[in-house]
Amino acid sequence: MCLAVPGRILDKRADAIATWLARVDFDGVIKEVSLAFVPEAEVGDHVLIHAGFAIAVLSAEEAAATLAEFAALAAGAR
Amino acid sequence: MSNAPYRDPGIVRALAQAIAARMTRPWSVMEICGGQTHAILKYGLDQLLPKELTLIHGPGCPVCVTPAEAIDFAVALAARPDVVLCTYADMLRVPGTSQALLDARAAGGDVRMVYSPLEAVTIAREHPAREIVLFAIGFETTAPGNAQAILSAASAGLANFAAIVAQVTVPAALDALLDDPRQRIDGLLAAGHVCTVTGYDEYHALAARHATPIVVTGFEPVDLLRGLQRCVELLEAGRAEVANCYERYVSEHGNAAARALLSRVFAPADMGWRGLGTIPASGYRIREEFAAFDAWRKFVPGSSLPRSDAGECLAGEVLRGLKKPNECPAFGTRCTPAQPLGAPMVSGEGACAAYFRYRPPAAA
Repeated sequence: MCLAVPGRILDKRADAIATWLARVDFDGVIKEVSLAFVPEAEVGDHVLIHAGFAIAVLSAEEAAATLAEFAALAAGAR
Repeated sequence: MSNAPYRDPGIVRALAQAIAARMTRPWSVMEICGGQTHAILKYGLDQLLPKELTLIHGPGCPVCVTPAEAIDFAVALAARPDVVLCTYADMLRVPGTSQALLDARAAGGDVRMVYSPLEAVTIAREHPAREIVLFAIGFETTAPGNAQAILSAASAGLANFAAIVAQVTVPAALDALLDDPRQRIDGLLAAGHVCTVTGYDEYHALAARHATPIVVTGFEPVDLLRGLQRCVELLEAGRAEVANCYERYVSEHGNAAARALLSRVFAPADMGWRGLGTIPASGYRIREEFAAFDAWRKFVPGSSLPRSDAGECLAGEVLRGLKKPNECPAFGTRCTPAQPLGAPMVSGEGACAAYFRYRPPAAA
């Protein structure tokens, strides 16, 4: 139920019901979602989508830090 | 931004080895979220870990804990010819006292699946002569969307929209679980997607009060193992602290806009959890300002929030992490997804359904 899927914002427009409506690309599948909770998100941002709403914007810095940690782990395991 | 690095078999193995190397004694860690339970079984993570690390499966399956009274109410409303009952797909097959929404649909009720709660608002706008009812269940991940649907309906002046709010919140339930003298939980993995909304500021007091480390964790195999690794480190060091291992999406205070909306539309309320009983302040009710959109008050004047029913089968013990699904005598024999005795076998996120799918009785 709390499943959430990452996608990338393609465009964004104001909407009476959804406040902000965006088209989001999930690896080629495109859906319309509300940005009501991440009004600051811009085109190109990666967002986490749950039940038609973006609930978080991906932090590129934190993602890079986590991936660097994996690289170090992989190097250490070799 | 691909998920591939978070499923890398080399990283998974390295993390599992690091966890094994760090352990000096057995530990039991509960993952709260049913989605995490499914990922653990799907990827066989439990089988990669040292057997001294016990994974206990938690109550984080909203359709499993939605009280039968709420489902009965939804089924009753769906039978009315003027009502369009909108529900998330997960809820369709879960029975109330006797019937599920699928039965109501088979009997001619207008039951529609929605992906977003805003679809119910659009239906209300397009069908002014019908009463549109949204079955608003779920944890804090889903609650802001349900709140937005109520707010959007109110803003648009849609008098034909109402919500059956039967939502549950995580921290109060964790407090109750950890208070249970039978529990044997050393550490907790907090559900990352709930925490994108709520943050984890509330968890510091919980961790301290119960001397239990809590680690915010994602849903990919590497996310789960990183969370477990951090949890084992904290346990070995004797530190009952909160850590965040889902840094790319979760911050200490969560999503400010979503939290503000939740406070505006909902107030905390005692909630009956199916299988667990009533837990104080572990759910929401609709605030007075939006009372016109509360299906309980609109259709049954004088009614109160749903109570829990007596737990059927072993659901209560499974949801508290006291029993694994395959420790139930009915598992896989008298109780299967086709012939379920309880909600955890029906729901796609239930622990019993996860065991049936990934650890069928013949292979157990």
